[in-house]
Amino acid sequence: MRSNRQNVIGLLFASPWILGMAIFLFYPVISSLYFSFTSYSILKPPVWIGLSNYQELMQDEIFLKALSNTLIICAASVPLTTALAICLALLLNTKRKGISLYRTLFYIPSLVPTVALAVLWLWIFNGQYGLLNEGLSKFGIKAVPWLTDPSWAKATLIMISMWGCGNAMVIYLAGLQDVPQSLYEAGELDGASAWQKTKSITLPMISPVIQFNVIMGIIGSLQTFALPFVMFPGGQPARSTYVVAMYLYDNAFLYQRMGYASAMGWVLFLATMILSWVSLRLGDRHVHYGGGA
Amino acid sequence: MNNALPAVLCVLLGIACACGLESSQVSVSKTDRIEVQYWEKWTGEEMEAMKRIVDKFNASQSEIHVKYLSVSGIADKTLLATSGGTPPDIAGLWGDQVVQFVDLNALTDLSDLAKDAGVVEENYIPAYWSICSAYGRLYALPTSPGSGALYVNRQLVPPQYASPETFPKTISEFNKFAEQTDRRDPSGKLLVASFMPRDGWGLWNMPYVFGDGFLQDGQINVNGKDDLEAWTWVKSFTDRYGVTETKSFRSGFGNYSSPQNPFLSGKLATYADGPWFSNYIRMFKPSMDWFAVPFPYPDNHPELAGFSTMNLNTLVIPKGAKHAREAFRFLAFVQEQKNMEQLCMDQQCNSPLSNSSQRFLTSHPNKAIALFDKLAKSSRAVPPVPLAIRAQIGSEVGNAVDQMELGELTPQAALDQAQSRLVAMWAKYQQQVLGK
Repeated sequence: MRSNRQNVIGLLFASPWILGMAIFLFYPVISSLYFSFTSYSILKPPVWIGLSNYQELMQDEIFLKALSNTLIICAASVPLTTALAICLALLLNTKRKGISLYRTLFYIPSLVPTVALAVLWLWIFNGQYGLLNEGLSKFGIKAVPWLTDPSWAKATLIMISMWGCGNAMVIYLAGLQDVPQSLYEAGELDGASAWQKTKSITLPMISPVIQFNVIMGIIGSLQTFALPFVMFPGGQPARSTYVVAMYLYDNAFLYQRMGYASAMGWVLFLATMILSWVSLRLGDRHVHYGGGA
Repeated sequence: MNNALPAVLCVLLGIACACGLESSQVSVSKTDRIEVQYWEKWTGEEMEAMKRIVDKFNASQSEIHVKYLSVSGIADKTLLATSGGTPPDIAGLWGDQVVQFVDLNALTDLSDLAKDAGVVEENYIPAYWSICSAYGRLYALPTSPGSGALYVNRQLVPPQYASPETFPKTISEFNKFAEQTDRRDPSGKLLVASFMPRDGWGLWNMPYVFGDGFLQDGQINVNGKDDLEAWTWVKSFTDRYGVTETKSFRSGFGNYSSPQNPFLSGKLATYADGPWFSNYIRMFKPSMDWFAVPFPYPDNHPELAGFSTMNLNTLVIPKGAKHAREAFRFLAFVQEQKNMEQLCMDQQCNSPLSNSSQRFLTSHPNKAIALFDKLAKSSRAVPPVPLAIRAQIGSEVGNAVDQMELGELTPQAALDQAQSRLVAMWAKYQQQVLGK
């Protein structure tokens, strides 16, 4: 009886969260699944059209282009960001005077709001006056049209996405500090070089952290929106930076095709699930849990 | 622990009471007037200009109090609020959104209210009235409008072109002018371009310079003869400057409302924009010696002279607004000539009314306001495409022009591709939204 009473009290305490999740997450998610099978323009009642939205998506050249752009950005930015974050974490894991200050300095950029960041990068990558081209010109390199050439615009977006590696870096740093010193000492006794210690001790020991960050990175990059939305309106030039989230937004709020946008959201969710699953499966072979068997 | 349940209940009760109290505070007006909620997109000077009209209205009578609220993303928020049954009483939409909102059944039909209040079509410039109407009914009323003309920096053009009278009138004269005005350094790098046909307001309507534009007999037609001629002319500028040089030059353009705007920074000798642009000249480059002219027309087609892109800020009453009649009284108040002219003058726009007062034309801060007014009344004034898929048309045509400029597709192939996509989109829209 007492246990039941405690359960009720526990549920009551958790009820604001439960209600919040039910109203603001589960209901919209389930609704969007339903809407994805309908023609729905917000103010008129949804009309059931079965799989039409999904069939249309598979033939929609703009969606396929946006999906391919998204996957390219994901495939390039996740490994690059991971590598950069690990390198920074390794550098900041040393015992040096003022290391806390360096850690803070490297983390701060990831706190800058995306829109402010986008405006800043627009100036850095400005074809004529940008700092980057100014710097390159000192080495005799001709100005690169970072923002206006389709082949460079995507690369620009990938480079900028690495700016936010500070969050991952902090998690790697925490993981590095959990690696037992005894393993390094054993390695040193066996005459291991710094690279061998990194390759054979550090990376395997933080592999669960790497896996976590890679999965989070995949999810984040598949949802990329604000940066290209501000820097490359309409996915310019020639839709080379048009990503799925932008097309989804345009369909939902500009074209009022909420059902079609919902279907797009579910396809994106499916892609995220598949890529996350692949990462987990790959992890079975490469991820080492130090505390496990 | 025994006391925990009452404590939790008390907390929840407290939260509920606080919410209830908050809600009851909102519903009680500070005065005994009916409060009309007005959502508007403007901030800064434009907001201040409209607030002066709101204050004037509030001071003018004792029954209604209009509450102005500046709202970003006004279209999305109005639509969602309308869908949720709690729309504002008045919303300030852009004119090119009216048809889309009408198709979604989101707007109150104002035809009868307007008739009763004496707000009639004859008082307005036809193109602006048409923006407010859909399917023969009136759904919006104008606030500040725009019409497009070509601003010219007198210091950057050869002396023989440096006045409105001697500036090129036809496309071939303009081409000659462009060749004489472009400036490059010895290495061939572009320093000043006569004109960049994709940078400026209203240039997305370029096919209308050459003829019919995006619609023919009410049907989407973005790959017709006029469209091809227009975009080929646009492409000729990229061809002349070179694709790489054009990209590099354009990538140096700064924000529209900043001193780095290409016209204000002296990179472009001419720039298409609305009457409000003189305000930016005053703010960021007051020393500029400028004049404004109509856009050139195709050779041997003087009947096509007077092209001007039009758009309009509008006031609408969303469906389900609680105080529609009171809201309309404010809309009608804004339409009174002295109020409308005050608003348009403060926002540095032309007037949507068919007869502007002499005072408006002579004391307007834009010295070329008479030209903008004249262009708005031109038979070649082009209001937004009256189709709800206007945004898709802009996106598809913009992408086609990107592709032709980059050499990925020929102009005809790029436009054909855009046409086939748009026809499919329009068919889908008609089927799904209009139920045809």
